[in-house]
Amino acid sequence: MTGYFLYAFIYLVAAVIAVPIAKRLGLGSVLGYLIAGLLIGPVFGLVGDETSTIQHFAEFGVVMMLFLVGLELDPRSLWAMKNKLLGLGGLQLGLTTGLITATAMLLNQPFGISLTVGLIFALSSTAIVLQTFQEKALHQTEGGKSAFSVLLFQDIAVIPMLALIPLLAIPELATTANDATHHDSYNVVHGLSPWLYGIVIIGSVAFVTVGGYFLSRPLFKFVAASGLREIFTATALMLVIGISALMGLVGLSPALGAFLAGVVLANSEFRHELEANIEPFKGLLLGLFFITVGAGINFSILSETPWLIAGITVAVMMVKALVLFVIAVIFKLRDANKWLLTLSLAQAGEFGFVLLSFASQNAVLPQEVTSVLSLVVAISMFLTPGLFILFDKVIMPRYRAEKSLRAHDTIDEKGSVVIAGIGRFGQIVNRLLVANDVKTVVLDIRSEQIDLIRRIGTKAYFGDASKPDILHTAGAPEASLLVIAIDNKDTAAEMVKYAKHAYPNVKVLARAFDRGHGYRLKQLGADFVVSETYHSALEMGAEALRSLNIHPFHAERQKMVYKNIEDQQNDILYRAWLDDASGERVDNNYLKLFVELETLIADALKEDLHDKHSKMRGWTPPPKGYAETLSEDSKIDK
Amino acid sequence: METKPKILVLFAHPAQSRSEVNLPLYHIALDHKAVTAVDLYAEYPDFNINIEREQQRLCDHDVIIFLYPLFWYSTPALLKEWQDLVLEYGFAYGHEGKALAGKYFFCAVSAGGEEKAYQTDGFNHFTIRQLLQPLEQMASITNMTYLAPFTLFGSRTAREQHRVTQHKAKWHTLLDKLLNNKLDIQRAQQIENLADLCQPEGKTE
Repeated sequence: MTGYFLYAFIYLVAAVIAVPIAKRLGLGSVLGYLIAGLLIGPVFGLVGDETSTIQHFAEFGVVMMLFLVGLELDPRSLWAMKNKLLGLGGLQLGLTTGLITATAMLLNQPFGISLTVGLIFALSSTAIVLQTFQEKALHQTEGGKSAFSVLLFQDIAVIPMLALIPLLAIPELATTANDATHHDSYNVVHGLSPWLYGIVIIGSVAFVTVGGYFLSRPLFKFVAASGLREIFTATALMLVIGISALMGLVGLSPALGAFLAGVVLANSEFRHELEANIEPFKGLLLGLFFITVGAGINFSILSETPWLIAGITVAVMMVKALVLFVIAVIFKLRDANKWLLTLSLAQAGEFGFVLLSFASQNAVLPQEVTSVLSLVVAISMFLTPGLFILFDKVIMPRYRAEKSLRAHDTIDEKGSVVIAGIGRFGQIVNRLLVANDVKTVVLDIRSEQIDLIRRIGTKAYFGDASKPDILHTAGAPEASLLVIAIDNKDTAAEMVKYAKHAYPNVKVLARAFDRGHGYRLKQLGADFVVSETYHSALEMGAEALRSLNIHPFHAERQKMVYKNIEDQQNDILYRAWLDDASGERVDNNYLKLFVELETLIADALKEDLHDKHSKMRGWTPPPKGYAETLSEDSKIDK
Repeated sequence: METKPKILVLFAHPAQSRSEVNLPLYHIALDHKAVTAVDLYAEYPDFNINIEREQQRLCDHDVIIFLYPLFWYSTPALLKEWQDLVLEYGFAYGHEGKALAGKYFFCAVSAGGEEKAYQTDGFNHFTIRQLLQPLEQMASITNMTYLAPFTLFGSRTAREQHRVTQHKAKWHTLLDKLLNNKLDIQRAQQIENLADLCQPEGKTE
């Protein structure tokens, strides 16, 4: 037990030290994890053989990531990207595999080995690329979306590859290789006839899809009603792990299964809560995965054949980049987007490791080839953050000047509004926005409320908007507006503070409970604050005047006067409040000013009623007899 | 018009607590059993005019009267807003817009200046009729029959000079004449001030 703690501690220490430093140096977290792995593995030798075991475990992070990716894509948007998926993904995979296979054959490798190597190197690293996109907010750009299409296609293509590779087995190797062709001992479909196998696969995919759609909602509702956060987390984990297990049992890729489940749940009201719960696990596991990649770099082989490995790595990355660049040109990606696609996917990926070990188990690749190629995969992944830095520092600045990628691509995100709290207040705000074709994301912690709102056709999600991670997954970083309309005064204040701190570019409109609360929200940085009762009370006051037979237009005007004075005095009062709140004064200046405001308003409203030629403006006729003076001296000298 | 025409008075005055002429005229119209009188500023204090309702009102009446104080040689803002919103293409004008055709239209205005100021050589350079030409053209394009404005000059001092009572009587007469088809429409279209045609009964013109 102590041994496990020790290892866990070593991994965590390495991550905790290396990642923030890497981030601060602008290298990105992925490179930080890789360096951490490099340090504890080959450099200091703190960890050893168990890294590959841990790596298998950490690969589960990739599964979770694809689940989260699926959550972002509802079936309709997945269908909408079918052309990109097949076109970009198919071309990339086909061309890269072809080129690398041909090259390997030119180097006198047999066809089976060449094709396997080609397939392995055609894959890119979903883990590194998507993580980096998210970090650098590139996932909404044209280049980022294209890269995502390619990655998704690759992840799907892994399944037929797993079926194809055993067919390429080399007879001479077969005797020395492990007899067990299937490394997963829990595989239930092993030995089934092909048609039965097909039925099992279709059945389990259907189960994930239909079950995800119909069973998940009552389950989540049941769990949410308990109000226990950790049980919701447990449910989310149960879902992802269960699907992975099912997929593993029938011999499908767990990543694909999780992705499918994610897509099915993309329209669920629990989507953001799910995302927020899975996200930390995904992050940690992926981090662990990257550490194991770094730790797994075998320095002894590297030092024996440094030039061979460097040569292969550079060649592979060049070929991949070339293919991607050609595709980018074919698909008319503009400016920086073209380079983003080219550079982001030029590495080999984590599925490469999976396929390599699978291939060697199936007697397709000799052991020495496998170890060299593993190193190539790892090093190319290691170099990827460098390519992103190249993109950031060299390519982006060049295009930024001439109206760049972000300016183009953020348009569809523009105008999206996150509304926290969909009670009586938030509903009206939301309805007005939606009626004007503004995309809103609505969050509330009351699941009955969410049900109600959903029934009237609003997209609403169950989730605690005051939790930073929920706010993040709801799209706050890309939103143009955050409307805070939650009941709890303190939570609302905390949200304003956090939102202005985390997303300084997002405008925050906040509802205040009363004047004091409003000032607090303003102090914390809210861009617009309105008291929940102010306007309705004013409306009621005007109606009261009208009910007393005061002319409606006069009542309206009095309302305006009230508002004007209130607006003018509000700033003065706010400053006094700030002074009092900070405790610098003891004479309660604020209270004094508040009383002053009362008298000011009263005076202004009274003036007009009693004095026909008051200072109040508005349709004041000229004095009596003015007309005669005009006609007598005719025109004033010019 | 053989049957008794229906009269609509659209009254626009934003500061009625100061009104000395228009408000009394409005009350006369309000009390007149055959006249519909509408206080636009009371009905639309927030300028949120109900177009449907206003168009229906126009359709239901045969004589349309704008009752207002002259503000900067024009109507108060809400009455202009009313025109802009209610007199839609396809309703009031255009090939299909015949809803107002054949109706009578005129303005009942109070002007602060003396009559002599509203002359070509006077202080205001134009007569009231000339100044109201946009409304005359509005009536023309909507195929209404435009009658001369019913004007009270020197309205700021009318009360002190006891002219309001006489003006009110003329207003009453005008409404009656319209109702009974007694108004000389031909002359009403040509003269400068409709008030000149409205000497109360018993007095000679």
